[in-house]
Amino acid sequence: MQLAPAFEGSDVTFASTDAGQAENYDFERFIALKDYNQNEKLKMLAGLAETFGVIRRLRPDVVISTGAAPGLLCLLWGRVMGARTIWVDSIANSQEMSLSGRLAPKFCHVVLTQWEHLATESDGRVQHWGSVL
Amino acid sequence: MIFLTLGTQLPFDRLVEAVDNAVDGLDEEIFGQIGKSGYKPKNMQVTDYMTPREFNDRFAAARVIVAHAGIGSILSGFNAGKPLVIMARRAELGEHRNDHQLATVAQMQRIPGIHVAETTEDLRRYFADPDLLAMSAGETPERTRLIGNLRKEIFG
Repeated sequence: MQLAPAFEGSDVTFASTDAGQAENYDFERFIALKDYNQNEKLKMLAGLAETFGVIRRLRPDVVISTGAAPGLLCLLWGRVMGARTIWVDSIANSQEMSLSGRLAPKFCHVVLTQWEHLATESDGRVQHWGSVL
Repeated sequence: MIFLTLGTQLPFDRLVEAVDNAVDGLDEEIFGQIGKSGYKPKNMQVTDYMTPREFNDRFAAARVIVAHAGIGSILSGFNAGKPLVIMARRAELGEHRNDHQLATVAQMQRIPGIHVAETTEDLRRYFADPDLLAMSAGETPERTRLIGNLRKEIFG
């Protein structure tokens, strides 16, 4: 979680599909999410319900995610329930945005790529605000 | 110690051979985690796989890290504040599915502490430099800008 300094001073819940990640960070709360990709329709339906429950319970002011599918669904429910929603595409995607990152502009307030040329090539919905490197 | 790390996905014989030639005669320990390499190094100790703990220990102990131009390697070098020498895998040589590492290298060579190598001579020059610039652990202008912009967005 290279972005952690951006949240300092706020009340943070960290959700990840990798429970082992929880040990590495000093956030107030950790929530483990099931993992799936966009080809796994049934799992995605279950994920829709899971992320709905999480976001309804937390009622976050801001939802921020680098992906993948479970993070995108958290953003979707965050938007529905009135949160500010931010997608930060992983710096690993230097050739094109991830599949989830290409869907994010449909409903997120802010969509970022960490590569300037990808922002330039987009229609303006994808911005470049810097990168973690 | 010079630590060459290639991950486990694809071999990268060109870099292994270049490092092996560049360290010939060098008075320093060289350790390589090289996956399934077709080239058999003569001048360094190698393994194909390391546990995460072994990897972290080698990484922490190294004076210089040599790696392919993968984001994972670059983030590791950045977090550890080490000098990082990278070579891009090329699709035309069968080293990767596409040439995205060339794009990565083009973008990354602006970062202090990242040293791009194309040849054995490049490597030899970097290895011979006792003051090879290290990455500044935890800060770059681009990172400061991203974190600052996100804080503005989050906190208003």
